[in-house]
Amino acid sequence: MKKIISFCLFLCFIGLWTACKNSSEEQKEEKSVEIEKPAEENQAGKMDTEIKYAEGKAVYQQYCVTCHQSTGSGVPNLNPPLKQTEYVLGDKETLIGIILNGSSEGLEINGKVYSNNMPPFDYLKDQEIADVLSYIRNNFGNEADAVTVSEVEKIRGNQ
Amino acid sequence: MILFKFPSFKNIGGAAAILLLSLTTSCNDNPKNKDESGLTTVKNDTGLSLPEGFSGSIFADSLGAARHLAVTNSGNVFVKLGSLKDDKGIIRLSDKNKDGKADEQSGFANYGGTGIAIKDNKLYASSNTSVFRYDLDQEDMPVNMEKPDTIVYGLIDRRQHNSKSITLDNGGNIYVNIGAYSNACQEEDRTKGSPGRRPCPILDSAGGIWRFKAEKLKQTYDGNSRYATGLRNVVGLDWNAKNNQLFVMQHGRDQLHSLYPDLYNEQQSAELPAETMYALNEGDDAGWPYVYYDQNKNKKILNPEYGGDGEKTGAPEALDPVVAFPGHMAPNALLFYTGDMFPARYKNGAFIAFHGSWNRAPEPQEGYYVVFVPFENGKPSGDWEVFADGFAGAETIESPGDAKHRPTGLAQGPDGALYISDDAGGTIYKITY
Ligand code: HEC
Repeated sequence: MKKIISFCLFLCFIGLWTACKNSSEEQKEEKSVEIEKPAEENQAGKMDTEIKYAEGKAVYQQYCVTCHQSTGSGVPNLNPPLKQTEYVLGDKETLIGIILNGSSEGLEINGKVYSNNMPPFDYLKDQEIADVLSYIRNNFGNEADAVTVSEVEKIRGNQ
Repeated sequence: MILFKFPSFKNIGGAAAILLLSLTTSCNDNPKNKDESGLTTVKNDTGLSLPEGFSGSIFADSLGAARHLAVTNSGNVFVKLGSLKDDKGIIRLSDKNKDGKADEQSGFANYGGTGIAIKDNKLYASSNTSVFRYDLDQEDMPVNMEKPDTIVYGLIDRRQHNSKSITLDNGGNIYVNIGAYSNACQEEDRTKGSPGRRPCPILDSAGGIWRFKAEKLKQTYDGNSRYATGLRNVVGLDWNAKNNQLFVMQHGRDQLHSLYPDLYNEQQSAELPAETMYALNEGDDAGWPYVYYDQNKNKKILNPEYGGDGEKTGAPEALDPVVAFPGHMAPNALLFYTGDMFPARYKNGAFIAFHGSWNRAPEPQEGYYVVFVPFENGKPSGDWEVFADGFAGAETIESPGDAKHRPTGLAQGPDGALYISDDAGGTIYKITY
């Protein structure tokens, strides 16, 4: 009898031990997920400009992503890519103008034309336009200096 | 992810084994290929999955932007290119040794476009403004290659939705789609906060199907050539000889979420509205831009540009679709199968080529396959099913640029084989049974 009880206890102990071990493993895994997030934030937080690009990404996801796609690759024949184009990388006045006024001209972009219309985004705030343009100028394989709020302000004022 | 669901693995080896197991199972259980549609990857050199018993070959490749295609009674294939390749806008292919692959290729026509059709030894092809006609000789060579007859001219082309797809009936008429150069007839296209225009002025010259005489030269808008209206953009259309009726596939509106984030979330915007098939009669109105079709509610819902809130219905007098598919898959071709090669259940049913979506971003894209809808007595008699899949060359498509091939055109050969064109890779597939 004693033997049976102690065997039961032993089983219970094993059971508990496994359960504990499992839960501690779960915790560990949860923790490692938690750890990743602040790590990302820290990295992004290192430089001011990167925070701006992150805000630009939010604007992009809300207003641009359906047409120009998450990777900036656009849609063949319909919406142009935002990768290495003269409009994205070039003269900021033209670029800001396209965002404020849209375009239904059928621009030639890296030798191709696209059939959709780009709507005007003049209802976005200067800050939002500066953010989203800085974001596209520094992602999708692009590298160019950021667009500032005062640059957007100036071009909007000139129109 | 999978690891978190099974937190009790005692060692990494076990976890890895299970992970591997679940990965392999999920690969095998691709629902589109097996569980839902019964597709298997048959032995063929196309890389496509097809139903059991079917096989496929690459009839031609690297043609450029292969839009629609048509096959003559002797099996020669004409392909319309969206834009010129080597200065040619139409490619003629023939398979002299009948091995399922074209062995002769030539080209003509100095315009890009989408539509192409053959009727009574005449070849019809469209640019984005006009429809031209060629006479075919005994060898299926166009005799007036350089000087086609102009059947229709002056159709509106404002870049957006500008392809002029064509089909002919058996009474000497040619039907031409003129797509609306707009998403939902807003004062400013695709612009947040811009109201819809009522009446929509676009409908006078676009957003519908126009009918012309196949024999008559130099026709254009004349005030009574509009056959049906309220169709945003039809790329796939076919004359159903069984019903003696025109059937069309409409591309539904875009951007419900990005224009109305308070009314539609990203998932709803990816699924809505339906891509719709209509059986048309003269004078029909399918309701664009005032309503869209919601395939879950089975109702015509008032577009938010016209005061809709996602629930309110509208345009009760407008036509209801005969089939409603999930949103944005871009039906680019429709073909009623009249051949004898395929099993009996395919006879008189509809094949539809879905070019594949872009407007679902940031959700994954959908489409990029050819589906089949069985028909009986001129009406759909069952659910749609995927018939040919694997064009894109990837399981999940994040963005249309990632797709290697995109089904665009459909045609039936004299032997009953099905031809599929692809405007991304320029491939022509031939499917046989
Ligand atoms: C409805 C689809 C659509 C939306 C939404 C849209 N665009 Fe565009 N965009 C286009 C099209 C189409 C063109 C080309 C217009 C033309 O050819 O005249 C274009 C052109 C551009 C260009 C210049 C051409 C190039 O590719 O470099 C830039 C830069 C651009 N868009 C950025 C943006 C940004 C940033 C947003 C979001 C704030 C945005 N677009 C939203 C469709 C869209």
